[in-house]
Amino acid sequence: MSHLTAWPVFLPLITGFFLIIAHMGGIRLQRSISFLATLGLVVLSFFLVSASMSVDHHVYLLGNWEAPFGIVLVLDKLSALMVIITSILAVGALWYAITTKTDEKGAHFHILFQLQLFGLNGAFLTGDVFNLFVFFEVLLLASYGLLLHGSGRLRTKAGLHYVVINLIGSTLFLFAVGALYGVLGTLNMADMAAKIAAAPSDDLGLIAAAGLLLLVVFGVKAAMFPLYLWMPRAYANTSAPVAALFAIMTKVGIYAIIRVHGTIFSDEAGDLAHFYTPWVLGLGLVTLLFAALGVMAAHGLREQVAYLVLASVATLLIGVGLNSPEALSATLYYLIHSTLIAGGMFLLADLVLRGRGAYEDRFESGPFMPGAIVIGSIFMFGAIAMTGMPPLSGFFGKVLILNAALDSSWFAWVISTVLIAGLLMILSVARSGSLIFYKTLSQEAGSGSSAVGEPLNRMAFVAVIGLFLASPVLVIFAQPITAFTDLTATQLFNSADYIQAVLSTEAVATTATVVEIKP
Amino acid sequence: MTLTALLNFNLPIVALLPFVGAVFAAWASKINRLASAWVAAFVTILSLAFLAPLMALPFAGETLIQSWQWIPSIGLEFAFRLDGLALLFALLILVIGLLVIIYARYYLSKKDSMGRFFSYFLMFMGSMLGVVLSENLIQLVVFWELTSLTSFLLISYWQHRQDARAGARMALVITGMGGLALLAGVLLLGHVVGSYNLTDVLASGELIQSHELYVPILILILLGVFTKSAQFPFHFWLPHAMAAPTPVSAYLHSATMVKAGIFLLARFFPVLSGSPEWAWLVGGAGLVTLLIGAYAALFQHDMKGLLAYSTISHLGLITLLFGFGTELAAVAAIFHIINHATFKASLFMVAGIIDHETGTRDMRRINGLLKYMPHTAVLAIIASSAMAGVPLLNGFLSKEMFFDQALTASHTSSWAWGIPFLVVIAAVFSVAYSLRFIHDVFFNGEPVNLPKTPHEPPRFMKIPVDLLVVICLAVGIAPMFTVAPILAVAVAGTLQTTPPEYSLAIWHGFNLPLMMSFVALVLGGLVYFYRKRLFEWHESNVAHWDARVIFNAVLGWVNALATVVTRSFDKGSLQHASVWVIATGLLAGFIGFATVSAPLLGERALLPMDAISILVVIVLILASVLTVTLHQKRLVALIMLGVVGLIVSLAFVKFSAPDLALTQLSVEVVTVVLLLLALYFLPQTTPKETSHFRVSRDIVIAVLSGVGVMLFTMAVLSRDFSPISEFFLLNSVPGGGGTNVVNVILVDFRGTDTLGEIAVLALAGLGIYAMLQGMKLPAPDHDSHGRLWNRDLHPEIMQTLTRLLLPLMTMIAIYIFLRGHNLPGGGFIAGLIAAVALIVQYLANGIAWTNDRLKFDMHWVIGLGLLIATATGLVAMGLGYPFLTTTFTYLNWPVVGKFEVASAIAFDLGVFLVVVGATVLSLVELGKLSDQSHKTQSPLKPQQENS
Repeated sequence: MSHLTAWPVFLPLITGFFLIIAHMGGIRLQRSISFLATLGLVVLSFFLVSASMSVDHHVYLLGNWEAPFGIVLVLDKLSALMVIITSILAVGALWYAITTKTDEKGAHFHILFQLQLFGLNGAFLTGDVFNLFVFFEVLLLASYGLLLHGSGRLRTKAGLHYVVINLIGSTLFLFAVGALYGVLGTLNMADMAAKIAAAPSDDLGLIAAAGLLLLVVFGVKAAMFPLYLWMPRAYANTSAPVAALFAIMTKVGIYAIIRVHGTIFSDEAGDLAHFYTPWVLGLGLVTLLFAALGVMAAHGLREQVAYLVLASVATLLIGVGLNSPEALSATLYYLIHSTLIAGGMFLLADLVLRGRGAYEDRFESGPFMPGAIVIGSIFMFGAIAMTGMPPLSGFFGKVLILNAALDSSWFAWVISTVLIAGLLMILSVARSGSLIFYKTLSQEAGSGSSAVGEPLNRMAFVAVIGLFLASPVLVIFAQPITAFTDLTATQLFNSADYIQAVLSTEAVATTATVVEIKP
Repeated sequence: MTLTALLNFNLPIVALLPFVGAVFAAWASKINRLASAWVAAFVTILSLAFLAPLMALPFAGETLIQSWQWIPSIGLEFAFRLDGLALLFALLILVIGLLVIIYARYYLSKKDSMGRFFSYFLMFMGSMLGVVLSENLIQLVVFWELTSLTSFLLISYWQHRQDARAGARMALVITGMGGLALLAGVLLLGHVVGSYNLTDVLASGELIQSHELYVPILILILLGVFTKSAQFPFHFWLPHAMAAPTPVSAYLHSATMVKAGIFLLARFFPVLSGSPEWAWLVGGAGLVTLLIGAYAALFQHDMKGLLAYSTISHLGLITLLFGFGTELAAVAAIFHIINHATFKASLFMVAGIIDHETGTRDMRRINGLLKYMPHTAVLAIIASSAMAGVPLLNGFLSKEMFFDQALTASHTSSWAWGIPFLVVIAAVFSVAYSLRFIHDVFFNGEPVNLPKTPHEPPRFMKIPVDLLVVICLAVGIAPMFTVAPILAVAVAGTLQTTPPEYSLAIWHGFNLPLMMSFVALVLGGLVYFYRKRLFEWHESNVAHWDARVIFNAVLGWVNALATVVTRSFDKGSLQHASVWVIATGLLAGFIGFATVSAPLLGERALLPMDAISILVVIVLILASVLTVTLHQKRLVALIMLGVVGLIVSLAFVKFSAPDLALTQLSVEVVTVVLLLLALYFLPQTTPKETSHFRVSRDIVIAVLSGVGVMLFTMAVLSRDFSPISEFFLLNSVPGGGGTNVVNVILVDFRGTDTLGEIAVLALAGLGIYAMLQGMKLPAPDHDSHGRLWNRDLHPEIMQTLTRLLLPLMTMIAIYIFLRGHNLPGGGFIAGLIAAVALIVQYLANGIAWTNDRLKFDMHWVIGLGLLIATATGLVAMGLGYPFLTTTFTYLNWPVVGKFEVASAIAFDLGVFLVVVGATVLSLVELGKLSDQSHKTQSPLKPQQENS
């Protein structure tokens, strides 16, 4: 009995309550515990990836109850990938929070941070739809707490919007899950898939409605048009490490679509096989256009990065909507890239904001900021990566997706939208970069005391560099990484194996007897 | 040994070495300003050295390909190719690059950062080498876009200058756009051919031309070409890019980057040319560009502006040659690429020297420099004459070939007869502006009001120009002994076959091309002579046509569109956002049902209605409606909300779910207290109500949602139901050791859900705590009717009563907790009851009094609760079972008798503690907040809960 699958979920939880108890011991103690635990999570997730390579599906029966009766955790390549991205991102965000002392700006930063990881990893590993709902709630509450960390008027307002919209989403989630349970009589995804495959045709309308409702829920999480309105302000106004960690939050929605819809509406689902994909593709394209326009219209760097994140989400939606193993593999490659780079970009935006003093991150000429050449160069690096220019990973991710789109009947739409949106983003980022870094006021004009920013925090800068390093790594090691995402996508399209693995896993023998349902 | 091993991958080294060098150049400048120039020169020579051993291959008719796997799933290889065409361009890039580096070292002033310049310069050089040496087309696009990015950096090198920033951005937008189009074209091309490798693509000309995607591919690739090589209608970025330092212009805007588009034309010439679409698009763009460039060049007062338009014109000439589509035209095009690179680079350098020495580039002020800088003047005169196409210079030879091809082309179709005339007109202007460059600058009287007194530049600044001018002469006089071999190789590389017969002789006898040259020279002289009138006409009729205005207008329009769309959709309004989510949800449900033709409702019979249920439902509806309509009377609305909650618990009772009813009831109590505390801080007056339109819209959405949810629920409930819950009923006792199935599900079957939920509760408590730390809210000191708060802080009757209640409620909580596994109850409900018991104490006695007696931090309670709950799971892991596996046994105690002990009860204890801790923590923190707000205002004001 290997518990490896369960550890990424429970390690942050355990860390979380140790932190609750340790919160009297001062911030240093909390920092050490939190950071060590997050590093541990990175190590753990490497083991997860390697485990996912050796065996297709690790099914973990929580409470020793077999599926579909108990809750299962399932480790496959996708879960392992999501967990490892999350933990790497978390290390970067946490390092930044500690080195800039952002974690002192309010109570309980580390506790909320760890419970956020608990929610994320739980969502990535669970094989049960209702349990996914529970982890969504954990995520929501933890992220709401984190969002408000440090407080402030705009932050509180954006936080309220965030939590209310997501609560509407949770309500819809309950409707959808309730309906699916009512029709299918089960909550385990594998079992649901099996039941949908065998569902009488009279039930299909209801199942389809519940399926689309679930898509709306995940669309809210992923920030899909027209459900993304909670997102730009929330990300732009929260503290930098939180925004960085939130780079994975929208991906939870993408993950949920791939996992839940991909499993229960797979090839086996008869009339409903993949019926949701045109909606994902179409809305993804619309989202991308809106995101690109948002990038153009942004007033400040953080808002711009938030819209860039929206654009990356849109690209992922397009990849998912294209609905082929090649496109999915490309999507996953892009997902790794966009998550880590977006995280780094939020941190960088904060360094810019700190360096510009009273000018903050607004797009107007300010005084020459301390360390402008270094920050500016790294900004250009991040901007190239995020807007999908060569030679960094954003470009290759985009090319992979476009290449997969060539087989689709929508290819002209996909290619033109992706490329035009890309151009608008390049244009806007070039303008903001040149406004912030090039067009500086002369020393005399900008020498007011309020205008002087902080010197560059080199320790915090390490977090940005660390996350940005993902981009060249993704390019240089594109071959093994795409090999892994190829395998992952193939595995996901082979949902019969998943169903079989989950439903056939047997409990550890105990003294208690299990009564079988009589047919 | 190692050297031969190195030779197996020296093509990538040639291209990537400059990138490595860029890092060193930046680093070297910290040691010594000039060190970075040395590094740059050294790296360029090194790249040449790596290229040198391979040069023999193209001459032997071989194409060298060095490739490695990169992303095999899409056919992206890390692949390099060396054939004649690539070799020619690589040599141009490296040799002219080296000359420009030497030149730039003297050109840059003390204020300019050498490290930054040479670092960007080397990156650009590497990108260009990558473009010309790429075998894989996606890799080519990568380098292509890199040239756009690095040129952005180079053009905006003097970043304090507005024109530099604007010019750089314009170049980036135009060439970036072209790059993206090129990417699309290459993707389609790869899709058609089935490979992104040039070798495969070059072998598939027929397949491509007969494919339905041929025209889109052609247009997309040409967009890349035209933007990069400044072809009409994208030519306007090039003059604005002249804000760059002159070495950059000499290198990028004459010899290399603008030739990248031309390179691509040459590269795809064998597969894409030959169709009418090619002839029209390429030939048309080339011809228009040739004319516009030549015309506009004459009227520039800025030396670099003149050279920029002249470059545009020559690029148009080359494009037109490729547009002719014949092999001989391709020969002429390649030849002119070489010639243009040499004379134009030298002219830019001359312009830079003059700018450097006089402090201006305005030809109306720079006059008569011959006597100040005779050496430079000679160089400039020779190079300009080459540009004008004067015999015995290289420009003459390729121009003759060009005229010859124009004449040939004029026979090809009925519309083409005018080509020779238009071509001669362009040549006339070309002669005129070359004359202007010579005459205005070096003769034409005395300089006007120059910032500096001109003199000859440092010797090494002239050496690169010397060399290039010598090449102009050498090629012009003895082409067979100089340029012929490399030209032949390059042509072979372009055509991918044996080159056609052509003659490089200076003298072909008296023929039509020679006549055309002669006419152009004479008429050009005349045009220059009558330039004053022409200038006036130009100023009043043409000068105000500026493509930049259109460009900026389009950009402004897109920006305005972006702002309008973004701000009208992302308004920052919660109502707006919620409407979209709810409406999308509604629509999704509708579309779902419409996707499949299946009945909405199932066939199960409905249960009969009884009078009481109907009555209760009516009350529920009324209460819901009143909650909304009375929302301004907050207390009443809250009571109505309470009614809704109570009816929901009644519904649970009716459908035999006592656990849920109990939970709902206790949650209801806690929520109402919480809301009361929160209501206290709301402003006394409600904000302005929304407009009628919005209210009616919201009513429609609300009604639709209600009906939608009802239908949705009906659809589920009217169908037969065979869930897994039977398993829970069967296994609750034998597997979970409890008869209360709900509780066994909570703590055992689905214990992880509960663990998650208590984490949520804990988060809520901790979140509220964190949120309220240090927060101060103004509290009202009177209610909406102007009455002051009751002065009686803690009424004695209430105090007495609640103190009596505490042990009683605690007893109940423990009782409910203990029986939970078998009868309605459990940790969650018990926790809520205990929390209410404690909260009542706070309410009645005040926070200080209660905290004095309740001496533990609720953080501990929450932490301990989570710890116990999780530890239950971890113990199971320690014993070799999965997380949260439970066990139970029966004990027989005296007096108590036989009873069952389940490990799940420990888990439930954790639940209990978290519920108590989180609830009390949230309420007490809110209470404290109101306490503080009172203390800050008026110490006499009593607490809010007595209102």
